Amino acid sequence: MTRRLWSAALAALCAATPVASETAPKDVAFHEGAVEAPLSGAPGNPEAGVTVMTTNALGNCVACHTVAALPDVQFPGNIAPALDGVADRYSEAQLRGIVANAKMTFEGSFMPAFYKTDGFIRPGDGFTGKAAEGELPPILNAQQIEDVVAYLTTLKE
Amino acid sequence: MHRTAKSIAALALGLALTGMASADPVEDTLTVETDDGPLTLTTMTSAPDHLTDTMDTIWSGWHYREDDTRDMERDDFDNPGMVFVDRAIDSWNAPQGVKGESCAGCHEGPESMAGLRAVLPRVDPESGKLMLMEDHINSCVTERMGLEAWKLTGDEMKDMLALISLQSRGQPVNVAIDGAAAPFWEKGKEIYYTRFGQLEMSCANCHEDNQGMMIRADHLSQGQINGFPTYRLKDAGLLSSQQRFIGCVRDTRAETFKAGSDEFKALELYVASRGNGLSVEGVSVRH
Repeated sequence: MTRRLWSAALAALCAATPVASETAPKDVAFHEGAVEAPLSGAPGNPEAGVTVMTTNALGNCVACHTVAALPDVQFPGNIAPALDGVADRYSEAQLRGIVANAKMTFEGSFMPAFYKTDGFIRPGDGFTGKAAEGELPPILNAQQIEDVVAYLTTLKE
Repeated sequence: MHRTAKSIAALALGLALTGMASADPVEDTLTVETDDGPLTLTTMTSAPDHLTDTMDTIWSGWHYREDDTRDMERDDFDNPGMVFVDRAIDSWNAPQGVKGESCAGCHEGPESMAGLRAVLPRVDPESGKLMLMEDHINSCVTERMGLEAWKLTGDEMKDMLALISLQSRGQPVNVAIDGAAAPFWEKGKEIYYTRFGQLEMSCANCHEDNQGMMIRADHLSQGQINGFPTYRLKDAGLLSSQQRFIGCVRDTRAETFKAGSDEFKALELYVASRGNGLSVEGVSVRH
């Protein structure tokens, strides 16, 4: 609980004060789906990454993926591949690319793009069902992407 | 005792079908205890011709729900949706038009509506418009009764959808997709496969590509609407197809469409056609 509050506070701080060295969603350079350079100025925090992955209002990765290392997650989904050993299968740059926009790696993937702000059909204002006003923020910010990537790189078998 | 026998039968059926993955819909048979005796519904059948490139079998959403939820639909006495049907019978008989007109005045008993639910939505030959059941009800309410149109997703409308649908319970869904319906059907199909919203999800992403799988605690069904309107335990009330569409598109973080919009009318025709051959369930029970 404390950790969650701390992460939420950190996330709010990140959202409020974009770091100068942050890469905007439109400026992310994909090479065969991979993104070499970190998106934020600060290193990723794997613990914060777990919070993003398991919180409905953030990444909610566990809606579709199972992670054996997170046995406390209730009702993980099984639409998408299990993430166990994902760091053996993909490099950090590949993982960053997949989290930012999986469709750059897997054409037509069901996985939402978590660091993308345009190119949507009838974009909405969150889950209100109303039209979005102006450009959408990405689902996750740069630091949250890095936090998730930092956790994923620990998932070795 | 009879439940045990039923379970064994279901198990035998399950073993008889090969290649079933663990995530597939549960094998079971829906026989409903009604006032007129037991009625066995078709909740699983061969896919209609237009879907055979995509899937072999279509399943009612009933097969994807928990044991307790499925059981509630087996007996009208246990089905919470029947309360709303009773309410609609009162409305059916009430002289509510400006000159005291009632539904019963023109149509006699609600059983005169038998068969209607199975073929809607359909194109009205005179106007060329695609008509939901809601549109037919509202044309009576406004033109014959002289009243303001009922709200498409309001209680009095959904109660009446339930009553009229129930008259077709057990009949196979059989909406026309050719002739005058073809352009509406094509439009609905296009919507079904369009990836809306910031999450970029189409109906097909969940209900065709991943039916039987879990999104968190939700068991993804084929998104069939043969059971609608449904009593939804989560809402403790009736839910129409149009309302379900609003919710699904909203949940893709999209600007959703309105109930009764051209888009959702076309989508209802297309989704209904994916269930051609399944029984109308009248008021189903889902969670």
